[in-house]
Amino acid sequence: MIPLEQYGEFETAWCPGCGNFAINKALKKALSMLDLAPHKVLVCSGIGQAAKSPHYLRCNCFNGLHGRSLPPAQGAALANTEVAVFAESGDGCSYGEGGNHFLAAMRRNVTMTYLVHDNQIYGLTKGQASPTTAQGQPTKFQPAGVASMAFNPIAVAVTMDTPFVARGYAAEVDHLADLIVQAARHPGFALVDILQPCVSFNKVNTYAWYKARCYKLGADYDPTDRNAAMLKAQEFGDRIPIGVIYKGTRAPYEGRIDSRVRRPLATSKPDMAKLASMLESYA
Amino acid sequence: MPDSSVNIVIGGEAGQGLVTVGDFLAKALMRAGYEIVVTQDYQSRIRGGHNTYAVRVSPEPVYGPRETIDLLVALNAETVALHKGQLTAKALAVADESVDLSGVPGLAVPFKSLCPKPIFENIAALGVLSRLLCLDAAWLEGIVSEVFARKGEEAVAGNLKVFAAARAWAEASGAGFSCMPPPMRTDKRLFMHGNEALAFGALAAGANFCSYYPMTPATSVASTFVDKGTKLGMLVEQAEDEIAAINMALGASYAGAKAVVPTSGGGFALMVEGVSLAGMTETPIVIVLAQRPGPATGLPTRTEQGDLNMALYAGHGDFPRAIYAPGTPEQCFELAYRAMNQAEKWQSPMFVLTDQYLADSYRAVVPFDLAALEPMAEPALTCDDPAGYRRYADTPCGVSPRLIPGFGEHLVVLDSDEHTADGHITEDLTVRIQMMDKRMRKTEGIVSSIVPPTFEGDEKPDILLACWGSTYGPALEAAQILRERGVRAAVIHFSQVYPLNPDHFLPVFAKAGRTFMVEGNHSGQLAQLIRQQTGYAFDQLITRYDGLPVTAAHIMDRLDRL
Ligand SMILES: Cc1ncc(C[n+]2csc(CCOP(=O)(O)OP(=O)(O)O)c2C)c(N)n1
Ligand code: SF4
Repeated sequence: MIPLEQYGEFETAWCPGCGNFAINKALKKALSMLDLAPHKVLVCSGIGQAAKSPHYLRCNCFNGLHGRSLPPAQGAALANTEVAVFAESGDGCSYGEGGNHFLAAMRRNVTMTYLVHDNQIYGLTKGQASPTTAQGQPTKFQPAGVASMAFNPIAVAVTMDTPFVARGYAAEVDHLADLIVQAARHPGFALVDILQPCVSFNKVNTYAWYKARCYKLGADYDPTDRNAAMLKAQEFGDRIPIGVIYKGTRAPYEGRIDSRVRRPLATSKPDMAKLASMLESYA
Repeated sequence: MPDSSVNIVIGGEAGQGLVTVGDFLAKALMRAGYEIVVTQDYQSRIRGGHNTYAVRVSPEPVYGPRETIDLLVALNAETVALHKGQLTAKALAVADESVDLSGVPGLAVPFKSLCPKPIFENIAALGVLSRLLCLDAAWLEGIVSEVFARKGEEAVAGNLKVFAAARAWAEASGAGFSCMPPPMRTDKRLFMHGNEALAFGALAAGANFCSYYPMTPATSVASTFVDKGTKLGMLVEQAEDEIAAINMALGASYAGAKAVVPTSGGGFALMVEGVSLAGMTETPIVIVLAQRPGPATGLPTRTEQGDLNMALYAGHGDFPRAIYAPGTPEQCFELAYRAMNQAEKWQSPMFVLTDQYLADSYRAVVPFDLAALEPMAEPALTCDDPAGYRRYADTPCGVSPRLIPGFGEHLVVLDSDEHTADGHITEDLTVRIQMMDKRMRKTEGIVSSIVPPTFEGDEKPDILLACWGSTYGPALEAAQILRERGVRAAVIHFSQVYPLNPDHFLPVFAKAGRTFMVEGNHSGQLAQLIRQQTGYAFDQLITRYDGLPVTAAHIMDRLDRL
């Protein structure tokens, strides 16, 4: 195990009491359990409060654009087999601006771990509704309540037969760390949607609110049963399950890469003799 | 000097196989030693409509397409009706005997009796054409055999039989079409269009990652990568959209790949945010922007040089970039290679602008000299002091040491926010100034490696034609026509359109009588840029924006009207 200190201690731009702190702690713990040294970890993120996470962790970091944590993460994972790839961002970034990338990533199924800090609100832009804000929930910008229905990432992921689908809760650090470990070890695209209290803007989904509702899935729950997972994925209200909702066996994208592609691409040089003979065929 | 070229136009509906006829014929002509310029004109549909495949062929160098037609191969009656106005004095229209050829000098071919099955009609047409052009049958027989070898000996024999029968019929019919002068070239050349040459330039530079979303006329760059690049170790992925394509490529580039993204105007519009990301994170990337008429979806399958402004200004904020605009397939290869190298060297986005005309235009391309390519810049994989590694360390030339994650103890931290030398978000405004200055300092290096414009023609021309990208050939031909008329003429061609070094061209402009900028767009985008940067105003603009390529005749027509 890599000592936790290796992943660093940083001053953050987060509000005191924010759920992001606990998620950061859980991720460090998971990386240590996974025995991944900082230089073997790559975290790609988008933009938002959650997206700043990789800056508060010693690791390789590609902190790109809003909604775009997944495309660079997949590009990097495909290009470079020397790093374990994670993408980490908020629910607005992941399911709003990045919605199409989320759908495509599930279809593509590149091996990587997607950590979504789901606080059901936009933090960095100060309190607008996010795609996971409950319908009817008032916000500063939607005072009459959010008109659209909430997006259910877990149900969509199960529908897409995403190989690993889990829900974590920020305040359950050890449980969350374990979910991240399992996600990172699972071949293919792994989603961990993490319930994250935003103490500044989400006055509904508070620590107390989650505490009264979240329960851990027990040993009696079989995550490999897709039909059961479909039902579990729709449970969100008075009771909210946390744990591994679904575990599938869909073959990852890497197995479908042309065998002539030599990865890591950083060490792959063109075969000039082959190129020359290819050009000959145009004569 | 009279124009010794023959312009062969094959016209018909999409799906009738006119591209097959065109490709076979053009390639045979190239092998025989002729010069060719192929222009493909097609509509945005898969079947029906009216398409043409034009091969302008000559024993002497030809530089661009021509509107007038010497040999019209009409696969349907509409082709005759649409193009009879373009026929030259020596012209001949070739069509099936069912097509009404009255009023045009025509040759009615009994395709039904020459072909056991309609699918052989293409080959029969080639048989007739080879005879009319007095082209040695062996050139086409060779290609027919190569292409059908995959389908077995029977297929080869069947096709050769039809070819011979059609050729014999044409000979017996005594159809009159003047033979072309014999070709002069004996060296080996490649039958290749601009996009293929461009793709190979990138591959030669070691491009090994391409993410794309299909859009005409960039698609054939991606298809060449799929076809050939994969065999050379390239990873090609069709992204969900252009936003993903460029972001995916940037992730791959950061992680050690050499990445290219081919796209066209509308797709590039979606990539703009990613272009800024490349600039801010100093991640190498080459964007191939194959232009077609806009705005919006414009004329999806036609040509234009309308996106220079977008390439110039794409992105928010300031960051260095270079824009290349090849004029020939040879330049497509060279400049794609160069763009890859410069992207790596200056860790900035680099652009290659091409257009539908050049993208689809087959030529007899002089084989590329792979041994003469300048060495590629490469990122390092390790560093001596991982603790001291800083991705954005300030340096005199503005270029920071680029390392690849995962290959050593060092950490590579990139950020789209303004960042410190070690890559972390900062709102320290002094650091902002330092980083901005560092990034922009790379401009000096980029300026020092500008590809200067080429100058060809009379030293002190009465007429100077300036142009960029694919208008090169037509401008050269127009200058030649002017000289034949006794006018001193010259051409200056920009194959790099940004940044510009006024010392490279202002002295040339100063020596010219009247100066004209020839561009395939409405507003004269390069003329505007030159004026903006130097104050120099061209005497006149010659533009074209009807979706068709600029031709020498178009330029002459505009000059004659002045
Ligand atoms: C293209 C683009 N649009 C909008 C923004 C502004 N923006 C920054 S963060 C953000 C929302 C963040 O919400 P979320 O992803 O839920 O993350 P949180 O801050 O709640 O962690 C928005 C809209 C941006 N940076 N880029
Ligand atoms: S705004 Fe909300 S999500 Fe952002 S740091 Fe503060 S509490 Fe956390």
